[in-house]
Amino acid sequence: MVGDTPLLEFPSISAEVPGATILGKAEMQNPGGSVKDRPALWMIRDGERTGKLTPEKTILDATSGNTGIAYAWIGAALGYKVKLCMPKNASEERKKILKAYGVDFVLTDPGEGSDGAIREARKLYAEEPDKYFYPDQYSNPANPRSHYESTGPEIWEQTDGEITHFVAGLGTSGTFVGTATRLKEYNPDIKVISFEPESAFHGLEGMKHMESAIVPEIYDPSIADENLGASTEEAYEMVKRVAREEGVLIGISAGAAIATSLRVAREVGSGTIATILCDGADKYLSESFWEE
Amino acid sequence: MPKVRIPTPLRQYASGESEVEVGGGTAGEALGNLVETHPDLKQHLYTGDSKLRSFVNVYKGDEDIRYLDGQDTDVADGDELSIIPSIAGGSVGRCR
Repeated sequence: MVGDTPLLEFPSISAEVPGATILGKAEMQNPGGSVKDRPALWMIRDGERTGKLTPEKTILDATSGNTGIAYAWIGAALGYKVKLCMPKNASEERKKILKAYGVDFVLTDPGEGSDGAIREARKLYAEEPDKYFYPDQYSNPANPRSHYESTGPEIWEQTDGEITHFVAGLGTSGTFVGTATRLKEYNPDIKVISFEPESAFHGLEGMKHMESAIVPEIYDPSIADENLGASTEEAYEMVKRVAREEGVLIGISAGAAIATSLRVAREVGSGTIATILCDGADKYLSESFWEE
Repeated sequence: MPKVRIPTPLRQYASGESEVEVGGGTAGEALGNLVETHPDLKQHLYTGDSKLRSFVNVYKGDEDIRYLDGQDTDVADGDELSIIPSIAGGSVGRCR
């Protein structure tokens, strides 16, 4: 059920750079609607295998939303309770989805962003370590491994090995680290490019500005051939463009991913550039940028 | 005077302060005075044509001013305005 998502072509956007093909992995087609189904499933399975997750335990983690939704449906399907720490300003749609799955959540200070949620999860876990299974997606090697074992091989096969550039945003960094590592093993000439919000204050859900954030343990900056910055405004613009020119509703970080891929295409002139569309637009339809 | 709460990622542009007292009778005036006192905040809060960036939400107490009177929302002594990005990014604190 998880993974094996289509690799979509964006002909109208790609046409700006003749010779370049921009492809996006449609992660919104996972059962939980985002790329996070992969690491969540791998971390839960890893917890079961290592004995850290047993039936009486509650899955606890900090998440700005998508990982939480993944834990919520997988937890419900496998019979685990789920408790999440998330910033109060996570989108209303997300909170409603989590409530629908019966998840218990703690809302943290919105001024502190996802780092406030991480601190709260650490505190709850420290208080009652026997009660919880705390996968800690920012530190758990099963997170990048999920992409190393699924996303990487899928992209390699779907492009018949013709991929020349891989572009992905940094949040936990699991997607970038796992996929890029695998692709480099297939062909070391593939250029792997990470991106992050260009400044500390931004609206790119799930993305981290590494310089000013709690840096995830799984993050290895040496993997990237290049690290670029993306602005919230260019992401919004691209989300609207992709909706209106390509007929695909993508989420905000996916908008940043396509915008960054287009920038890479302009820089290199030609090639097959694949990126990750973390989620769709359904959770962001009440954002005000659609009206502008 | 009303107070404006500054989110963690923006404090570096506001002399490290978490809360700033500003003059002004409306939310718009208060924010205008805030960026006058701390000019480095301006590019983070406003677009080139002086509109609030679309992911920047301003709350008076618990209410988004968009659902009150927007920039014309009255503020009085003791009112608290909070600046919150519309969705949770992940960039705060320097806890490495």
